[in-house]
Amino acid sequence: MPIQYYIFFCLTLFSIGVIGVLTRRNAIIVFMCIELMLNAVNLLLVAFSKMYNGAALQITPGSTAGIDAQIFVFFIMVVAAAEVSVGLAIIVMMFRNTHSVDINFLNRLKN
Amino acid sequence: MNAIIVSTLLGVIMMFVSWGTNNTKLQRNIGLLGMLVLIFANIAQMNGWLSVNFDTKGMLAFNAIGLYVNTILFVITFIYLWINGEEIDKIGSHTADYYAIFFFILCGVSILTSFDNLLMLFIGIEILSIPLYILTGADKKNLFSNEASLKYFLMGSFSTGILLLGIAFIYGATGSFHLNMPILNPATNMPTEHFLLSAGLLLLFVSMNFKVSAAPFHFWTPDVYDGAPTVFTPFMATVVKAAGFVAFIKVFEIQRIALGQNTWTIILPFVILSTLLVGNITAVFQRSVKRMLAYSSIAQAGFMLFALYGNSTFNNEALILYIVAYSLATIGVFAVLIKMKDYSIESFNGLAKQYPALAFLTTLFLFSLAGIPLTAGFFAKYYMLNAIFTAGAGIWLLVLAILFAAVSVYYYFKVVQAMYFVEGTPAIQPIEKSYERKLWVIAIILLVLGVFPSLMFNYLYF
Repeated sequence: MPIQYYIFFCLTLFSIGVIGVLTRRNAIIVFMCIELMLNAVNLLLVAFSKMYNGAALQITPGSTAGIDAQIFVFFIMVVAAAEVSVGLAIIVMMFRNTHSVDINFLNRLKN
Repeated sequence: MNAIIVSTLLGVIMMFVSWGTNNTKLQRNIGLLGMLVLIFANIAQMNGWLSVNFDTKGMLAFNAIGLYVNTILFVITFIYLWINGEEIDKIGSHTADYYAIFFFILCGVSILTSFDNLLMLFIGIEILSIPLYILTGADKKNLFSNEASLKYFLMGSFSTGILLLGIAFIYGATGSFHLNMPILNPATNMPTEHFLLSAGLLLLFVSMNFKVSAAPFHFWTPDVYDGAPTVFTPFMATVVKAAGFVAFIKVFEIQRIALGQNTWTIILPFVILSTLLVGNITAVFQRSVKRMLAYSSIAQAGFMLFALYGNSTFNNEALILYIVAYSLATIGVFAVLIKMKDYSIESFNGLAKQYPALAFLTTLFLFSLAGIPLTAGFFAKYYMLNAIFTAGAGIWLLVLAILFAAVSVYYYFKVVQAMYFVEGTPAIQPIEKSYERKLWVIAIILLVLGVFPSLMFNYLYF
């Protein structure tokens, strides 16, 4: 399959994430949309990795070209997990004080 | 490598300290001692006395400027912790944990000054920001702190997503995460896969602007700086932002070729001017000094962005001097602000009568922020403008920068005016002599650098 399909698919997923972040009002759903953005990037990186690997395999059999993108994906997963743990803690902290996870709460500082 | 390893170890040690003892004074002193160890470890690597090195497979590269910036930021953090130590104790009941968080942030800082691979850029930024979300929300019962921390967290992760998409595009175009990735195709001497690479670099540019709070992407900054516990705001506005700038310059030192010099000289002045405009003009209308300083930190970020314009040693010199002048002055102003009972300008009324020395120090810090001669801030701005002039910027850019600096004098002087020329009783907690003496240290550094700015760069050349 040509790489373009993967790029379009990943960009669609990423855009769904961005639109979700910009329009949804529930902190947890906003958070899930951010995770969706990160996972779209993961998919894109794996697709590019496969693309470079496939191209290199035709020249030198047993090539490991493109493997670094897959390593990057693991790092993104680890960091995303760390971010989840901090983010959920912050949301829980907010819920304890206001009994809601609504983003509209975020307007006290404006005035 | 020393700084990364030692800061991580110290962070872990501080976590255990909170488990071993409840004495906050002891915890604070262990934290300060740890900072000294960290500074010493970094200087040892700088001078080649003792350094832990192993093959990082091209992930990290240590150069003189990176290590020097490390030292400067560590010393600034030390001064910050030394002055604000007692105030940090008052936030929550986890003093040692805050120090652990500071050390983890400094680990992120030392990665950001020495990365050589976009993977390390990503990890550095995340190690830097995730602890900051916690620090912003440290005041758990305070709704403002909660709001600031959630907002910072959502905006920070969103910009991380954009950063990652940019990195993925760059990888797709060049097949490498290395900082000196093959931007030019050897056959045609044209950038490879031009569209994908440019798109990736632009996304990277947007996301770095988010991190350093430059103008079209600055909207989270005032709320976060305003809502965070006052004692942590100067740290976020100085050390963290400075590390962001160093990383920003490192990424775009070479990669700007791929964007094309013409594109670069259009988008960068646009970002700089809008940052200066938004920061300075909005700061004029603020009634709270804390919020005014948050906007002024956006304006100062606009000045620091000038360091990206050219590509010579002048830029690094100017950025280093600017980081020192801006950080020390901001820490000083916040150290006074934190003693105020509320943060309105009126609470400064008549401060000069009651605390003449403190009023003088505040004036000096504000002068340095505004860039009045004989303070470090003047030469910081001068070197910055000199650097862009050498890089061939149009004279209109310099004139506009100076005009905006003049606007900034107005709102800084509102505070000075309240202290000296308005009658009233300042709403301030009692200040001890020892606290004032600590502020004098900052003031003396600012004055010395205001007369001999080249003291900062001698190390780089000898």
